[in-house]
Amino acid sequence: MTDKTIIRFQQVTKQYDNDPAVLDNVSFEIERGKFYTLLGPSGCGKTTILRLIAGFIEPSDGNIYFNGKKVNQLPANKRQVNTVFQDYALFPHLNVFENVAFGLRIKKMKSNIVEQKVKEALRFVNLEGYENREIREMSGGQRQRVAIARAIVNEPEVILLDEPLSALDLKLRTEMQYELRELQRNLGITFIFVTHDQEEALAMSDEIFVLNNGKIEQSGNPNDIYDEPINRFVADFIGESNIVSGTMLEDYVVKFTGKTFECVDGGFHPNEDVEIVIRPEDLEITKPQDGKLQVKVDSQLFRGVHYEISCYDNDGNEWLVHSTKKATVGENIGLHFESEAIHVMRYDETEEDFDKRLEAYEEGSHGN
Amino acid sequence: MGTKSRNYYLIPYVLWIALFVVAPILLVLYYSFFNIEGHFTLENYKKFFTPVYLKMTFSSFWYAFLITFFTFIIAYPTAYLLTKTKHKQLWLLLIIVPSWINLLLKAYAFIGIFGTYGAANKFLEAMGVGGKQILFTDFSFVFVSVYIFLPFMILPIFNALNDLNPSLIDASNDLGASPLTTFKRVIFPLTLDGVKAGCQIVFIPALSLFMLTRLIAGNRVITLGTAIEQHFLVTQDWGMGATIAVFLIIAMVIIMLLTGKRKSGMLR
Ligand SMILES: Nc1ncnc2c1ncn2[C@@H]1O[C@H](COP(=O)(O)OP(=O)(O)OP(=O)(O)O)[C@@H](O)[C@H]1O
Ligand SMILES: [Mg+2]
Repeated sequence: MTDKTIIRFQQVTKQYDNDPAVLDNVSFEIERGKFYTLLGPSGCGKTTILRLIAGFIEPSDGNIYFNGKKVNQLPANKRQVNTVFQDYALFPHLNVFENVAFGLRIKKMKSNIVEQKVKEALRFVNLEGYENREIREMSGGQRQRVAIARAIVNEPEVILLDEPLSALDLKLRTEMQYELRELQRNLGITFIFVTHDQEEALAMSDEIFVLNNGKIEQSGNPNDIYDEPINRFVADFIGESNIVSGTMLEDYVVKFTGKTFECVDGGFHPNEDVEIVIRPEDLEITKPQDGKLQVKVDSQLFRGVHYEISCYDNDGNEWLVHSTKKATVGENIGLHFESEAIHVMRYDETEEDFDKRLEAYEEGSHGN
Repeated sequence: MGTKSRNYYLIPYVLWIALFVVAPILLVLYYSFFNIEGHFTLENYKKFFTPVYLKMTFSSFWYAFLITFFTFIIAYPTAYLLTKTKHKQLWLLLIIVPSWINLLLKAYAFIGIFGTYGAANKFLEAMGVGGKQILFTDFSFVFVSVYIFLPFMILPIFNALNDLNPSLIDASNDLGASPLTTFKRVIFPLTLDGVKAGCQIVFIPALSLFMLTRLIAGNRVITLGTAIEQHFLVTQDWGMGATIAVFLIIAMVIIMLLTGKRKSGMLR
């Protein structure tokens, strides 16, 4: 723990009644002034983590520290944290202005300062001129932005955002992504952001926590998580991947689809069974005889930036290819890839062991 | 075709309203212009503004206010606790069940309890306080009325609290509000409609209570309701009784307008 640490979870478990644990022995640290993203499928415990940080619920086991002090029992109104709720939770009896001003009024701020700050916050979320609207007169996306304004106007140490952009259209969403990121940098506030959307997570975060079933599967910066997923779940959840099983003959030599390839991963037992990940954009279409793999094109989708081409090899493995070049359905083609494009994953490796192994064997091999 | 057939469905309702609401009100209005000998007169209205009747009106309002006030003071926390319990619908049912029992039965039960040799006095004696005159006091009147009206106040407040989105309370705490501030700024304003509905349901009947005034208050409390009953059944002065009823109806309409839901639907 360093003095940059603002929030620390120490083996936190959350359980309701006798149901299986919603969060299972989770430990992590949040550093001041960074942008964190919790990413994971529905029901994996993202909102639960935010509620623990905000103080709406208490951990069943383990400890939560805020600025080095244990805060397990500290009530929500005493924490330097503000939340943008998944269901917005705007006050229906107050208009837009009063909703945003709520926290400032509690702090008994002077009304001219309140007015100025609320206006500024509303300008930030592109809602100037909506001050006197009732909440029920606002659209879903506008409500979401009021909720963001209501949190940031208080300038807390930490802002928790529970899928704050999910109701916005693509253009506004991208715009808000940039602006939130910029705001976070300017204010130096710690953001903890929840999303289902892996692209959003990759684009915005300093650090991503990938969650599944109440556990953190992997944490790291977006590049690391994308390039070196720890297991099939992470590889599948972040970006699209081709995952096949293979055997590690020895360090730096892997066998899959009956062929032997050079790779850059090490630290395995000889002949260890492993899983191989190759990203669709790392596959390049060639003539059959020039390719490292020979496959048959099964279907093709135009995705705007690229074609998504689905192919099958002789063993029945599916290979997704992202290519700017068009292929012909039914055609036999070759697939070329660099040896760096192969990422080898061990079965059931803990994050700790994974990080250690990577450090020992992959120095400088993956571009960062 | 659609609206026409819908109009047919309305016939029983319109008939009902006409026969049992509009016609009686018109009759009451009509009778209020006749004196005891059956001559047309405005005397009754003049008489209403004499100190005797004004005092009666004031005392009606005062007791109705007291009853509503105490009912509210008890009902709100009760409803609040109910929403926090595990089997809230069951508890709610238990609270509502007494309201199914006939009013007179309950009144007679209280005569037994509050009477000179009743359970209440026995208890006071056992406590060493000594026997007291409980029946036929203002206290017993208000107490029994509150008991009778309580379920009617609890129900709308319970519903309002139950409909309240719990994340609004989280949001308020999150923004730094203490539990008390959260209650003042979020919970109470958002349940105000339920409170108003409850007050309306209690205050209006409380204005015209008459059985309890005799049975429990021993006619020490004379309300407009009692006065109407006396005029119709004892002195046979239907005109004056009707006049008081007219004022009672006006008062009720005003109260309904005051406590009615705001049209803007601000809370929904
Ligand atoms: N009050 C509660 N009582 C019992 N179980 C609960 C309660 N709150 C949440 N859960 C359970 O905890 C699990 C995690 O919920 P959580 O809200 O953290 O999911 P999430 O990751 O935010 O999902 P989503 O992306 O759908 O919002 C879910 O299985 C949910 O059913
Ligand atoms: Mg959630």
